[in-house]
Amino acid sequence: MTSTRISKRRGGISRREVLAAGAGGIALAGFTPSLFSIAKAQTGVIKIGFPVPLTGPFGAEANDQVKAAEIAIKEFNEAGGFQGRLAELLVRDDKLNPGEAATRTLELIEKDKVNYVVGSLSAAVQLSINNVTKERGVIFNSISQSDAINEVKDWSKFTFHEALNPHMTAGAVGRYAFSKFGKKVAYLTADYAYGHEMVRGFESAGKPLGVQTLADIRHPIGASDYSAFLPRIQSLRPDVLCICNFGRDQVNAVKQATEFGLKEKIKIVAPVLLYTARVAGGPEIFEGVVGGTSYYWRLEDTVPTAKAFNDKFRAAHGGAVPSDYGALGYAGVRSVLTAVKNAGTTDTDKVVAAMRALKYDFYKGPQYYRDCDHQSVQSVLVIESKSKDMKDKNDVFSIVGIENPDEKNLRSCADLGHKA
Amino acid sequence: MSGLTLELLLLQVVTGVALGSVFVLLAIGLSLIFGMLTIVNFAHGAFYMVGAYMGVFLYGLTGNFWICLILVPLGVGSIGLVVERFLIRPLYGRNIDDPLLLTFGLGYVFIETIRILFGLNGIPFSTPAGLRGAVDIGVGYFPLYRLFLIGATAVLVLGLWLFIEKTKFGLIIRAGARDPEILKVLGIDVSKIWLLVFGIGTGIAGLSGILAAPLQAVTPEMGIPVLAEAFVVTVVGGMGSLIGAVTAGLMVGIVVAMTSLFMPEMAKVSIFLLMALVLLVRPQGLFGRAGLMG
Repeated sequence: MTSTRISKRRGGISRREVLAAGAGGIALAGFTPSLFSIAKAQTGVIKIGFPVPLTGPFGAEANDQVKAAEIAIKEFNEAGGFQGRLAELLVRDDKLNPGEAATRTLELIEKDKVNYVVGSLSAAVQLSINNVTKERGVIFNSISQSDAINEVKDWSKFTFHEALNPHMTAGAVGRYAFSKFGKKVAYLTADYAYGHEMVRGFESAGKPLGVQTLADIRHPIGASDYSAFLPRIQSLRPDVLCICNFGRDQVNAVKQATEFGLKEKIKIVAPVLLYTARVAGGPEIFEGVVGGTSYYWRLEDTVPTAKAFNDKFRAAHGGAVPSDYGALGYAGVRSVLTAVKNAGTTDTDKVVAAMRALKYDFYKGPQYYRDCDHQSVQSVLVIESKSKDMKDKNDVFSIVGIENPDEKNLRSCADLGHKA
Repeated sequence: MSGLTLELLLLQVVTGVALGSVFVLLAIGLSLIFGMLTIVNFAHGAFYMVGAYMGVFLYGLTGNFWICLILVPLGVGSIGLVVERFLIRPLYGRNIDDPLLLTFGLGYVFIETIRILFGLNGIPFSTPAGLRGAVDIGVGYFPLYRLFLIGATAVLVLGLWLFIEKTKFGLIIRAGARDPEILKVLGIDVSKIWLLVFGIGTGIAGLSGILAAPLQAVTPEMGIPVLAEAFVVTVVGGMGSLIGAVTAGLMVGIVVAMTSLFMPEMAKVSIFLLMALVLLVRPQGLFGRAGLMG
């Protein structure tokens, strides 16, 4: 007992010393970002840091993001790279934890000397990564939904947002669902930033349509049973129930709502209807659920770049198709690498300028980054889950609507606090 | 709150009882093992998860839910027998922390194994055909499957109670829990009894897993949150008490249902508040014997 105590105390002292030294180094680096970027070599491998939650409840989506991002890297390298310089993906597990993500990102920048950072799969985690990258003056292309990252408070010129945001997604789904299924709406919402932002998106889309909110029931994130919320929702008799949660929560909530027979009188809508959640939940449970997405592989029927991307993914992963969030990993990495080529240099400021000028169609039709907040202006798909007429086991949704890229569906630059 | 009717309140109570049934199922296995063996089984949630996966897998092979309800507890219980015989038995007589740490690690081994075998994403499972849909119970529509669950739990609890209280074998188990030394003197092989109790406890955990599979997503991590809930129920009811597990399970279910109705944000916290309150008044739990841990 005594010996362990002594060794603990010893460990405490050395740990404190290490921490102090580390904090000093970080502070020093923080004050001299320009020095740092000059010191960064203009030769050698182009490194892209990729922090995503490989373990935890979004593990399935995160692993798919890595698979798709690797395709963008492979494609770039097979085309000869940039002036002979090849790209490399440095994947790190952020464990869906903002603190862990900040540490991993700092390591990627300081120790691994990455040129750019792409990644994240959580509204909160991406803000934490963004905090580190903006302080270090490193480009960060986020591939996960958030409204806050567009706002001037969190944003920096190094911040890009490849994913959709809740305002766009819930907006598109709301405009489709409220005009089609009815104007009395109830919400079942995960009680954190993602859920709240989605409800706000639905409500602002519903306002011009005269939509009435009957209740916004907030559940703790990660709940495994939703049955206790359902009798009340049933008694409110809404036309539409918006289930604003993500991943496993979505599977559980939809499963139990189906079990309670809610679907007979109420249309169930999810702002983001996940491919992986639908696969894990099964066809009967998700039957008829409507939701939004950035990408669904059947887009290949009409969009040639989608077909090209899917084919590459199928070839690399035994015939599997990319999921929605997976595809974002591809687009996020490819847009940074394309900007490097266009800029003719890996220098951060010039790559930022090249990304701002980018007009791209990588996998889902035309896209570009809006000037004021670097939000990728892109289409939003409205999809419906099906259990019949499936072409194969991957054919789980029908595309029922597409909202084309249009800045009017985004929050205005002034709303976000930008001088536009 | 608008639209509050007597029907809604009653329906909410029934929802709570159904929710409580799952808690009861989980807690009786945990409580049985603790009461007889004084082992805090941290792998209980993992046994529950393995039960769900085994159930979905066997359902895919047989297409018969009822057969699965028999095979799964036997299968998971067999894993439990192996675990007791080769991993836990060497730890008897040692500090209570040792089996706790062992089962804690074992839980992670199970989770990783399932991830390797079935993937990270979880697998689909729907309510079996005969038990789908909602029926009118007088105060509103309620899912048939959850009614079945309440019934199944009642039958299981009754069966277990009869087994422990009314059979000769149950008498030996109870005696073994009170004083294993005397039992040995009387010429009874205590280690066999403990083996069987651990098998029954884990078998019930597996059965709760397959019974819960139609209710929630079947994923490798599904046992983690329920383990915490099962511990709360066991502690509230009193570690080692069957009647305590049943009372506390139903109580926790109803408390969760009621807070979900009036203060949905507090639904998760409410069960821990309940635990704190009960422990302040009765540190050994509602039906627990004082000083069992010592």
